[in-house]
Amino acid sequence: MLISIHHRTSYRYDRPFNHAIQALRLTPPTDESQIIRSWSITCPGIEYAAEYQDAFGNVVHLVTPPGETDGLEIEASGVIETNDRAGVIGSTHKIVPPAIFLRPTAKTIESPAIAALALQCCRATRLDTLHALLSSIHETVTYDTDATHALTTAAEAFRAKRGVCQDHAHIFIAAAHVLGIPARYVTGYLLIEGDTAAFAHHAWAEAYTDDLGWIGFDAANGVCPTNHYARLAIGFDAPTAAPVRGTMRGAGSEDLSVEVVVRAGDQ
Amino acid sequence: MKFHAFNDQSGGTTRPSAGFDEMVRPDGSIRPAYQKLADWLSQQSRGLMAKKQEEAEAIFRRLGITFAVYGDSASNERLIPFDLIPRIISAKEWRFLERGIEQRVRALNAFLYDIYHRQEIIRAGRIPAELITNNEAFLPEMIGFDPPRKIYSHIIGTDIVRTGENDFFVLEDNLRIPSGVSYMLEDREAMMHLFPELFAAHRVAPVERYPELLRQTLESVAPAGCKGDPTIAVLTPGIYNSAFFEHSFLADQMGVELVQGSDLFVEDGALYMRTIAGKEKVDVLYRRVDDAYLDPLTFRPDSSLGVPGLFDLYRAGHVTIVNAPGTGIADDKAVYAYVPDITEFYTGQKPILQNVPTWRCAIKDECAHVVQNLDTLVVKEVHGSGGYGMLIGPHATKAERASFAKKIAAKPSNYIAQPTLSLSTCPSNVGKGPSPRHVDLRPFVLVGDRVRITPGGLTRVALKKGSLVVNSSQGGGTKDTWVLED
Repeated sequence: MLISIHHRTSYRYDRPFNHAIQALRLTPPTDESQIIRSWSITCPGIEYAAEYQDAFGNVVHLVTPPGETDGLEIEASGVIETNDRAGVIGSTHKIVPPAIFLRPTAKTIESPAIAALALQCCRATRLDTLHALLSSIHETVTYDTDATHALTTAAEAFRAKRGVCQDHAHIFIAAAHVLGIPARYVTGYLLIEGDTAAFAHHAWAEAYTDDLGWIGFDAANGVCPTNHYARLAIGFDAPTAAPVRGTMRGAGSEDLSVEVVVRAGDQ
Repeated sequence: MKFHAFNDQSGGTTRPSAGFDEMVRPDGSIRPAYQKLADWLSQQSRGLMAKKQEEAEAIFRRLGITFAVYGDSASNERLIPFDLIPRIISAKEWRFLERGIEQRVRALNAFLYDIYHRQEIIRAGRIPAELITNNEAFLPEMIGFDPPRKIYSHIIGTDIVRTGENDFFVLEDNLRIPSGVSYMLEDREAMMHLFPELFAAHRVAPVERYPELLRQTLESVAPAGCKGDPTIAVLTPGIYNSAFFEHSFLADQMGVELVQGSDLFVEDGALYMRTIAGKEKVDVLYRRVDDAYLDPLTFRPDSSLGVPGLFDLYRAGHVTIVNAPGTGIADDKAVYAYVPDITEFYTGQKPILQNVPTWRCAIKDECAHVVQNLDTLVVKEVHGSGGYGMLIGPHATKAERASFAKKIAAKPSNYIAQPTLSLSTCPSNVGKGPSPRHVDLRPFVLVGDRVRITPGGLTRVALKKGSLVVNSSQGGGTKDTWVLED
């Protein structure tokens, strides 16, 4: 199906400064599950961006907005054609050994409680095990936008038994690692007809099996991705897969707001 | 000014035995390369040598070459001891070493390319996959990137020890940011000043061109899109870094800027440095900052030593970082044991230089052997450096060995062990006249449009009688190293 996406990231700085720098992972890949029909990024300085494909295959634009600035608007939009593969992505970007995605980060390091849950989910096949993990995490961790924040780790969210899609994905990755299954973080978009703002800018996990390759698991919703899902970027965890990662020099604070609108069709 | 002489992993260690002396044969006769030096030494009075020693120290104090010893606050700035008597390597010996080193650095660069691409060596079953994927020194961020000329380690300091007439072993490859080359250059300069008559009597291969060759090497790996002469800069962590002297020395000798992270910034897809004349684009960055601190946007976010966005520019091919990030996977001590296989795999030839036999504690049987033979082995931490955190079995007490065995049991994969080699000796000027002391050798290798190896290198000497530890942090000194020309 066709999904149209408008993704806007706005920064407001408390005082103007030079040399803002942002690494954008804002270009969705064409892969087994999706074809990019149209896509564009608007951002001050994008015409001079350094562009490359990172180790995991994400297209990155490194932008430096010109001059002194007290704010920044980054907009990505386009139309993606998706097809329903029950979450199976296959072997994208074959050069990366899947075993690399066994490495824990500060966000996905296991806790004894996560390890215990993982061990209870062991089944005869890796695929069955992953589905057991999916249901178990979905049932155990309640969706709650107030319980966690951007820096919460898998262990902390699992202790609270609450969190948002980012936390569900981190817990899923940590649990898969406990069982020796490579797992990675995906950011992307989710189309839900009707009221959807919270989920439009979405994240989930992907785990590796030898026969099917990478498969998506959305523990926040308890399902594998369908044609309502569009993939944007992958990484070890939320920070490494972040669509926008930036830094500013010197002291000061910033306000960040992200607005994502996902609609069916190509409007 | 502080200078930590050898900021790397290391330590030549062995037990003295009927070792190999590079000047005197067991029957008391002098080896040909040393004949003139031996004659000359026999004519020097102890008083004169003492006077020359003082003169040498004055020269080094003026140059400001001191070094910091970590964990030794009482004397945290010291002059590195200098041994007046040069070490001599014959033309034939050097040709052998040169061939062996070139083979090894080519193989290790090919290994780095492969390991960050298709990993054919793992597919071929020549090294275990876990050795790489589980290894902290493997940098996933580098996967799939083609650096200019496919070279990762451009500046290398291969540590070599000798145990016999034809027995040379590589102890460490030092592919990250090896230091010590400024000593090689300063030792030579001091010697030419102190003993011009000795140089007149020998045909010593020059080392003075190193800065020029370094510059050529750096220019040869400029980004593909760089037009005209590439601009080079040396990135230092700053004046408090123990090797700051060397950073500033090399920048000065090459005629390029010495910069810190705060002097650099990214703009419109390029790296710039602030200069008195305004901003100037940088094409090649010879960095003396560790991988983790290079770019807070990609690596450690708390680093203020690097430049935000530098790594992205590198991957986009807009700047070259020398040495490449992630070279540590090829000089990791656990990978070291596989270097003979690595050499054969990529060159199709038998390794010319030998590896020191190495037991990996990560492997159960080898670990058991290590724990049972601690009294004869040297045990090193896989990621340790500078001779810190190692056990020299034959010199350790029973209690020290027992406590080390516990450390190994707690994290076996963190340790490797090697036999105590009997390092060769050379005559050293140690007060009572020339006396044999144990030495190792660090030749400096440059890899760019071709491989350039400066004849000789830095000889480190364990000045304490019988000692096998040549590290400057553990009381070692340096001496000039002469490669004789035919």
